[in-house]
Amino acid sequence: MAPATSSTSSAITLNINGEKHQLTIDHRTTLLDALRERLDLTGTKKGCDQGQCGACTVLVDSRRVVSCLNLAVAAEGREITTIEGMAEGDELHPVQQAFLDLDGYQCGYCTPGQICSAVAVIEEHAAGWPSAVTDDVGPEAGPPPLTPDEIRERMSGNLCRCGAYVSIVQAVSRAAGAYEATRDERRTAAAKEAAA
Amino acid sequence: MREFGYQRAHDVAGAVALLAADPDARFLGGGTNLVDLMKTGVERPARLVDVRELPLDRVERTADGGLRIGATVTNSDLAADPEVRSGYPALTQAVLAGASGQLRNMATVGGNLLQRTRCGYFADVTKPCNKRSPGSGCPAVGGEHHNHAVLGASGHCVAVHPSDMGVALTAFDAVVSYETPDGPGEVPLTDFYLPVGDTPHRETALPPGALITHVSLPPAGVAARSRYRKVRERASYAFAIGSVAAALRIEDGLVREARLAFGGVASRPWRAHAAEAVLTGARAGGETFAAAADAELAAATPLPDNGYKVPLMRDLVVSVLTELAEGEAR
Repeated sequence: MAPATSSTSSAITLNINGEKHQLTIDHRTTLLDALRERLDLTGTKKGCDQGQCGACTVLVDSRRVVSCLNLAVAAEGREITTIEGMAEGDELHPVQQAFLDLDGYQCGYCTPGQICSAVAVIEEHAAGWPSAVTDDVGPEAGPPPLTPDEIRERMSGNLCRCGAYVSIVQAVSRAAGAYEATRDERRTAAAKEAAA
Repeated sequence: MREFGYQRAHDVAGAVALLAADPDARFLGGGTNLVDLMKTGVERPARLVDVRELPLDRVERTADGGLRIGATVTNSDLAADPEVRSGYPALTQAVLAGASGQLRNMATVGGNLLQRTRCGYFADVTKPCNKRSPGSGCPAVGGEHHNHAVLGASGHCVAVHPSDMGVALTAFDAVVSYETPDGPGEVPLTDFYLPVGDTPHRETALPPGALITHVSLPPAGVAARSRYRKVRERASYAFAIGSVAAALRIEDGLVREARLAFGGVASRPWRAHAAEAVLTGARAGGETFAAAADAELAAATPLPDNGYKVPLMRDLVVSVLTELAEGEAR
């Protein structure tokens, strides 16, 4: 039986880390609160709750967003990836591994958001997106080198009150290098999967 | 937050009809501003009509060589678009100078134009504000206003429009297209924002219930050599205290064509017509550029704590135009 809903709530299905979750939700519920309070996915953190700190960053349809300004009801039908969905089994995502190896955190509260954001930063850069510190934004210029300045600008939506920025930049840089090195491998694997 | 209904629109006519059915309804785009304002009680809609799935998510080249940008194109997609990057680079730079990567992935072109001021008094429902609560007063005039307007303000409101994107769009003569229950319409962006006067709560020329569907840029060869530069209180992820979108075409040392718009200093993205008039036909160089800035800023009405914006904008104009002129000479 479908759960009872009113004009101010809806029965929705959220697709999170490849799993479907059905819930009846008050329209006022943000995606952040749905994740944490309804689905027990507490890896995503609440910082400012007004879109200014990036602690609640998740991926929606592969793009990084702040879940505190997304309404859960508006996220129905989209593919949501949280920090809980980054590793493949026991194998950490290269960005997670780089944060661990290089101490890209102190207290760790902003870290899930930093990691989700960094995963997307690397994809955005690989797709050729310029940033506010890119000298030539012309499409012929190609992706700018992912320098520390580029990383700082692209990661500026994620604040770290401990000030672990120096090692965060190093971790993103190392993970981006690993991504670059394995790109052909991943393309081949993706092509095989598509053909199968 | 007030409880509200939610509906997802799938076509433009349906979205407009849903909104018309409820005077207390609002369109929901990326939600980066509206949801935030709902949390603080500044906005209290009874219903949200989600327009993000409308088929308005394309940037298209028009037959005349301009661009037609759908209202639900995200800031990220607009900034990354090859046609924008080559034909209107200042627009890409302006968009990338705003907000964060996360917010640019959510925010839409239509929503960007309709975002509300970040004036602290507007955002605080315990304070008077003529924009939020008409007739209640403007505490910013005699209070905290170091980030507020020096152009186009009135004694009733000195708030600035926060958009970066809008500044570049204004410089390049963008036209806003919209749909209403009574049919479509359009308005140039330079006429889109209403003069503040004694009605700061009336912000745009959109008819009631209108949905922005597109923003069109006419062809403009001059825009291919354009630049956006923004000054803020930290290096990234902050609103402008002043910004400039500029384009120049110089031949034989003379300015043949100039486009100039200011951000962060006025109630709207500010097209600098007076400065453009000084520039056009004059010899390209520091003196001309300073005279152009002075011509525009002659109308400035600074308050005790935001007068710094006048010399800041003068320096910014001279610097950006000099950079463009030197690039032209190379």
